[in-house]
Amino acid sequence: MEHPILFLDVILSKFNLHIPPQVTYSWFIMVLLVGLGVLASRRITLVPAGAQNVFELIVGGLEDFMVEITGEEGRAFFPYIATVFIYIAVCNLIGLLPGFLSPTSNINTTLSLALCTFVYTHYLGIKYHGVKYIKHFLGPIPALAPLFFPIEVIGHFARVLSLTLRLFGNIMGEDLVLAILLFLAGTFLAPLPMMFLAVFTSVVQAFVFTLLSMMYFAGSMEHAH
Amino acid sequence: MKKALVIGFTMLVSMLFASLAMAAEPAGGAASGLGSFFSYAVLAAGIAIGIAAFGTGLGQGLAVKSSVEGIARNPEASGKITVTMLIGLAMIESLAIYALVVALIILYAYPMTKPIAAALGFKI
Repeated sequence: MEHPILFLDVILSKFNLHIPPQVTYSWFIMVLLVGLGVLASRRITLVPAGAQNVFELIVGGLEDFMVEITGEEGRAFFPYIATVFIYIAVCNLIGLLPGFLSPTSNINTTLSLALCTFVYTHYLGIKYHGVKYIKHFLGPIPALAPLFFPIEVIGHFARVLSLTLRLFGNIMGEDLVLAILLFLAGTFLAPLPMMFLAVFTSVVQAFVFTLLSMMYFAGSMEHAH
Repeated sequence: MKKALVIGFTMLVSMLFASLAMAAEPAGGAASGLGSFFSYAVLAAGIAIGIAAFGTGLGQGLAVKSSVEGIARNPEASGKITVTMLIGLAMIESLAIYALVVALIILYAYPMTKPIAAALGFKI
């Protein structure tokens, strides 16, 4: 399969810089999102209009949904959850434009996102429970603790793996299908139906990643808190 | 009925393996012993994703069935039921994605090439 032509790659190769495309597109999306946030919050009015309205819709809806799942203490980590959702959704969707690459179609990006969630989960557990956080890993019956501990540890690492592979597999698979359909029947606009599906699955995968992060945070904060 | 199904399935599988053995050998023997390794690898990747798609189809079908029944009983809760259904579908789908990742690893990263080549006496 031929190498895709990516805008930032072409621009950077004029300067003889060879940065991997998933890194450059991550930066591009970061700049884009920060820019949109700054633009939307320039004049904040009580009755929102325009860009402020759109962002209030997204952020407000997400916050209400999150508080349903994690309870009121969840508001402390809402910025992380909202960032992850919006960032992953935009990352996934940008790959559908010709000349752009989804950073999440590379396993490095998704692994780094899953590791952030993993680290934050344990940070929250230690912050709320201190040393007693270890009781989460010991299971319901103290006598069976040596049996439960390895199972719980493996379960926690499996969470990282599943988060990574789910997001990576979905987005890379979708990009691959679009590339192959383009190669096979591009003149008949064959990728178009797949693109509709891809828009839907991109947002759903971002939502699922966010939802799982929320549930892991809620799980590490609970237990006789 | 069940007996006929079992016998038919056994015949199918044995014919598949027989044809495989007869087809892969001449091509493999002519080119190199490694040829049949790659053809089996390609076959493995294809069957892996086929079985994964089969299981995912069944699982997601059951999920949608239950959620549609729930909506039929209680149309007011359709918002919550739909959200829960979508989340469940994405979870089930991820199992098929794991199989896809393994199939792609087999096809594009051919991990066992060096050990098998060494075992068969080739140098790569």
